[in-house]
This record gives sequence, C-alpha cells and structure tokens, in this order.
Amino acid sequence: MSDANKEALEPITGIESPVYLDYNFTAGQATARFLTKVKEGKLVGQRCPSCRNVYIPPRGACAACGVATNEEVELPHKATVQSFTIVYIPIPGNPIKPPYVIANLVVDGANISFLHLLSECKNEDVRIGMRVEAKWKDPSEWGFAMENIQYFAPIDEPDVPAEEIGRLKDA
Amino acid sequence: MSAQAEVLQQAFTLGFTYTRTTGLVVGRFLTALRDRKIVGIKGSDGKVIVPPMEYDPVTAEALSEFVDLPDTGVVKTWAWVKHPRGKHHLDKPFAWAQIQIDGSDIPMIHMVDAGDESKMSTGMKVKVRWAEETKGFITDIACFEPA
Ligand SMILES: [Zn+2]
Repeated sequence: MSDANKEALEPITGIESPVYLDYNFTAGQATARFLTKVKEGKLVGQRCPSCRNVYIPPRGACAACGVATNEEVELPHKATVQSFTIVYIPIPGNPIKPPYVIANLVVDGANISFLHLLSECKNEDVRIGMRVEAKWKDPSEWGFAMENIQYFAPIDEPDVPAEEIGRLKDA
Repeated sequence: MSAQAEVLQQAFTLGFTYTRTTGLVVGRFLTALRDRKIVGIKGSDGKVIVPPMEYDPVTAEALSEFVDLPDTGVVKTWAWVKHPRGKHHLDKPFAWAQIQIDGSDIPMIHMVDAGDESKMSTGMKVKVRWAEETKGFITDIACFEPA
C-alpha cells in the first residue's frame, strides 16, 4: 500500500470549514472624495464646522458633534506615531513578511489617526511620538487606495510629546 | 465645499479560514462518509440520532453506541429552491429537506435533487447520491435523490 493510501485511511480528526463573506463595498461620498484625492497623491481630510477637528480619512460627519463635515483640508505628508504594534504572525493573503510595524499615525493638522505601515527603521526603535513621513509609490502605480503610500519612514525631527499628538497645527 | 466624487465600488471577500477538530463522534461519522457509509448514535431513550451527537440530548451523558445505517431515508418536510445561488451545492433547482435516514429517529437536513418541484412530496423515499470522490466531509453526500 502506498503512503498516500495509508494516510487516506487515517480517521478524520479535523476539517476545513472556511466562511467566505462576499461584499460589494460602496465607498460613500466622503470616502470616495478622499480616495479620489489619494489617487492624485494628496491627503485631504475634512474639518468639522462646529469643533474644528480635522478628520482623515473623512467619514462625512463629526462623530462628536453629529454634524456633516464638508470643508476640505489638504494636509501635509508628515505624521506622528500615536501608537504602534509589531506584527509577528503572518496573516493569510498578506504579502508582507513579519515582523513588521503597523502604526496609528496622526498626520500634521489632523485630529484623528489612521493605520499604516512603518519602515526604514529598526522595529525596536519605533516609539510613540516618533516623526515620520509618507513614502509614496511611483505615480504610475497610484489607484484609489491608501496603498499608494508604500509606508511611512522616520524623519530627523524631535519627538512630539505624547500629550500633544493629534493637537499639532498644520505644519 | 466638496465637489461630487465619482461613486467608488469594489468587490471584496472576507474569509474566515477556520479549521475545526471534529472530536471522536463527528470524526467517526465523517470517516464513515468517506467509506460511503452512514453511522448514527443511540441515545439514552433508544432513539438513533444522525449525524451522531457527542452527548445525550436528555441526560447530557456522553454517547458511544454507534449504529450502522443504510443510505436511504424518508423526506419529512422540504422547501423548494427555485433559484439556486452561487454558494449552493447544486446549480439547478433543488429541495432543502429534513430527511429521516431509515433506522434513525431524528431527521437531518440535506438536499434532494428531484429535478422538478412536482416530484417532491412529504413521505417520499430518497437515497444518497454519493460524491464521485469522498474525503470525509458532509459533502461526501452529494445530495439525495428519489429512491
Ligand atoms: Zn465636531
């Protein structure tokens, strides 16, 4: 009997039972507007008319004030690390090889963070308050996605004290 | 003010790629399916349950008395699917049915490929259509068909 046949006769002890949920995602006006600008290499948030907070990516409304946001604000490409995690476990379908750093980044002039990759530095050197800058892919590769930014890389600027992160004025 | 942006849509699939351990009881059921056989289990009240359960539904005691069953049964109730969707296992109209395997007391849910709704009736006899290749999974029963 071949090994393959022998293996086939082992009792069943486990099964694969994946669940796949198929979505058709519609971005909505604020996100579509944001991604259209990202496709042009720009980071454009929205300012709340009431509390003046700037949101990026914008969701079309201020969650704190409950009012629509439609004033657009183009933001610079420098940001501060608000928090981060080092990913050691490979995620199925993710081409990035662990360990790598995912950070909550607050772009200068914004009051909310988004997630992106951090690179060009030693993982153990990453810290809260660290200053970073977007490294964009070649414009020929730009689409409607934050992956137009390949990652953020450290820049030679003094750290931002933790209590000031997200409160910087537009640089 | 924002100018109107174009509508952006994208299809994507969220996958939960679970693997599960079967335990000894369900494992034995699936192993039997691979051999094109159906096994149930006897409960404390003498009722035969298929697919087999690990614990008695009345006393909660662990069950272990397996019972070999034939691959025939009776439709207890059913619902006709006129328009199968992409994730259904049959690509033509079929019935979801509660099928009581002969020699068992509790019906199980599976599909009946009867060809047409008019061929379906409660109480009809059905027989397993085995998958061409079995692998130890519930889909080893491709479906049931009128017997
Ligand atoms: Zn507000």
